[in-house]
Amino acid sequence: MKSWNNRAWLLVLPVLVLVAFSAVIPLMTVVNYSVQDSFGNNEFFWVGTEWFQEVLASERFHNALLRNLLFSGIVLAIEIPLGIAIALCMPTRGIGVSFCLVLMALPLLIPWNVVGTIWQIFGRVDIGLLGHWLNAAGVEFNYTSDVTDAWITIVLMDVWHWTSLVVLLCYSALVAIPEAYYQAARIDGAGRWSIFRAIQLPRMKRVLIIAVLLRFMDSFMIYTEPFVLTGGGPGNATTFLSIDLVQMAVGQFDIGPAAAMSLIYFLIILALSWVFYTVMTRDDEQAQEGQR
Amino acid sequence: MDFAWMGWTTPTAIFFATIAALILAMFIWELIVPGGGPRKGILGLHTTRGDRLFISLLSSAWLCLAWLGLVPLPLWWALVACAALAALIFWLC
Repeated sequence: MKSWNNRAWLLVLPVLVLVAFSAVIPLMTVVNYSVQDSFGNNEFFWVGTEWFQEVLASERFHNALLRNLLFSGIVLAIEIPLGIAIALCMPTRGIGVSFCLVLMALPLLIPWNVVGTIWQIFGRVDIGLLGHWLNAAGVEFNYTSDVTDAWITIVLMDVWHWTSLVVLLCYSALVAIPEAYYQAARIDGAGRWSIFRAIQLPRMKRVLIIAVLLRFMDSFMIYTEPFVLTGGGPGNATTFLSIDLVQMAVGQFDIGPAAAMSLIYFLIILALSWVFYTVMTRDDEQAQEGQR
Repeated sequence: MDFAWMGWTTPTAIFFATIAALILAMFIWELIVPGGGPRKGILGLHTTRGDRLFISLLSSAWLCLAWLGLVPLPLWWALVACAALAALIFWLC
């Protein structure tokens, strides 16, 4: 019996063409730019690995990278546990389900630049609810001049915007758990914590892998929200890699160093995502091996 | 069609041609020996030939970057080290 059909490759062809135009060709262009200098008008001058050496030794790049790692670490540490907690509190039947799902989906539907604008106004000392009330309560808060306040506002904004994604993913895993599992746990006299640890958390594992990967990649590439909210300031306190990259490529028109920097940035994301994925799926492989 | 905006150079063309050749070689290898050659390697990871190529390419890229930042020798030596590393990955991982 023939078990495969090579004509199926034709169905994959449109996707391959799309990926070629949207990812492969731009990536090739970036590699080409990273080893050359250009002053515009399609004139390029070979410089070899000079831009890579410059970027690797640059304090500006190191600082932006550290900021990015810190930001991703903070948002993952908040959003993942908070998302799980909210998903566990959501109703699984009744009219409350639709209400909660719509409520959770709302922040995800708002465009990124609008989210930045909302929080920019929300945090303002003169007209913003958050900024005005905090200052009225005696807390000195000004995200435009204070580094800590700027970071708190950006982290709060990201948590507000993206925790819903973790919630929805976890909730989808939770509602898929058969009732029999809970009945068996109750018969065994399992408490709330035991049920969470032995039933709910293992069943959520796969979606949590996706959630951690998505949130890591997204937070590591964050651009629009902090650009609209703080513009990278005060000083360079919230200048993440992507903001720095755009400043270099579009603001200063240093295409060569910007291309080298974006390739290093790409390699960091690729390596970290691979490590995350490998570590998190390793237990699954070991479990499958145990079953064999 | 004018591709001048892509800024092609001979070294970058050779770089991409090598990667394309590697993928083609993997394709031919798969046709000759189907199944991907899955196994559990030294790191405790289950890998196929494709995984091992991906790990080789990624670690080679990192090795070259580390070489550029830390070692004062020409990058050609890094290329030799990358080939040795890839051979090691295909053998042990």
